[in-house]
Amino acid sequence: MVYGYYPGCSSHGTALELDISTKKVCAKLGLTLEEVMDWNCCGASPAHATSEELSLALPFRNLALAEKQGLKSIMSTCSACYNRLKMVDETVRKSQETSDRISEIVGEPYNKTLKVIHFLDLLSKEFGVEKIKENVVKPLSDVKAVSYYGCLLTRPPEFVSVDPDPENPTIMEGIVEALGAESPDWSHKTECCGASLALSRTDVVVRLSGEILKSARFADADCIIVACPLCYANLDMRQTQIASRHGVDYNLPILFISELVGIALGIGYEDLGIDKHMVSATDLLKKKGLI
Amino acid sequence: MIYQLNANVRDFGETIHKLSGVDVSTCYQCGKCTAGCPVVMEMAHTPNQIMRLIQIGLKEEVLNSPTPWLCASCETCTTRCPKEVDIARIMDTLRILAVKEGYRCKEPNVLKFNEIFLDSIKKNGRLGETQLAMAFNLKTMNLFKDMSLGHKLFKKGKISFAGDKINGKEAVKAIFERSKGFLDKGER
Repeated sequence: MVYGYYPGCSSHGTALELDISTKKVCAKLGLTLEEVMDWNCCGASPAHATSEELSLALPFRNLALAEKQGLKSIMSTCSACYNRLKMVDETVRKSQETSDRISEIVGEPYNKTLKVIHFLDLLSKEFGVEKIKENVVKPLSDVKAVSYYGCLLTRPPEFVSVDPDPENPTIMEGIVEALGAESPDWSHKTECCGASLALSRTDVVVRLSGEILKSARFADADCIIVACPLCYANLDMRQTQIASRHGVDYNLPILFISELVGIALGIGYEDLGIDKHMVSATDLLKKKGLI
Repeated sequence: MIYQLNANVRDFGETIHKLSGVDVSTCYQCGKCTAGCPVVMEMAHTPNQIMRLIQIGLKEEVLNSPTPWLCASCETCTTRCPKEVDIARIMDTLRILAVKEGYRCKEPNVLKFNEIFLDSIKKNGRLGETQLAMAFNLKTMNLFKDMSLGHKLFKKGKISFAGDKINGKEAVKAIFERSKGFLDKGER
């Protein structure tokens, strides 16, 4: 089965390992990814805070290009990209007038034939948890990994649909447990990391992300599993600043779901790009006998 | 605080309704939006106070408030509102309206960040994270912000001074030029 792939800007920068590990895992599972040619940035929060038309038009171009390329789906590995693509797809499905207006701005038609999904959908619903289980060669037994969703994977539920329950989603736990790890319940799985304020109000991000790390530590987690490069950037890259602000060095590895699946499928640690993290996961993986 | 209400208290709420498609008059001040807001302790007006100020037509107070600029767009308020008021969308509408009407932004770095972010897309079609961080530091006169982090990222191969450029960058530029702001009334 061929899936349209929308990497998003962070996959070519601070989240290189997300792109690397996603491609490796899909290849191993026999899922063919075809990148949307010449994709543009989805505009993220700055676009919807600046112009409604712009916030619809930027993702619309990607949907139009993917369709023109003959793709049947568009899969994103970033919560924000997924949220924007899905929001626009749903909005233009609901209103032909809006669809026409945005199509005029973009200069491309979009006939609403795409299925907009996130990588979690691809793993859990398209491929299937049971089949993932069958492909595990290195069960992650004795690993306690809390699943972190953040904001945009499940909110607002009228538009996005990774999990039907926006307050207590469990799709990620399902995947993590299929790999043999334990994914305990915890208090901060859908709390916000402060993503869009990362540079402009770093103090807020350090506080919010610090609370998430504290809560994960309280749940006795070995690591936090994420499905978004912005969550990752705030939780992984800011840990030194969080340590100086909170006076506690959590030293908690943050792993992308693609990386965790990759390890269990027996793909090499460096082949997945796990050596690119700010908070090293090496000690943890060695301790658990996984590398 | 004591507010002076004018005779046309409903005007501002109606403007917001027209622009956003969201009717704030249904808010009954339960405070659930404020209870779940992750940034509320930074806010001069809490989200439910902003809803109330709109209801009683205090436009100046609302558009001068830093609250919409601090909103992280996490959508928790919108998800939980028992009256289905799309509060996060209201925050977007207030940001767009405040800029359009020339109000001085009380969180200037947030506005600068948005401008630099969008400039990068307008120029190249994609966001260059390295250029974003450098331009932001330059524009906010905080040149050494996150310097040691930048050094570590460089060693991991995550810093790209050139950034991505797409073939269709002219098409993306044209999207910026044709996007007016709000959708016309009735298009929603």
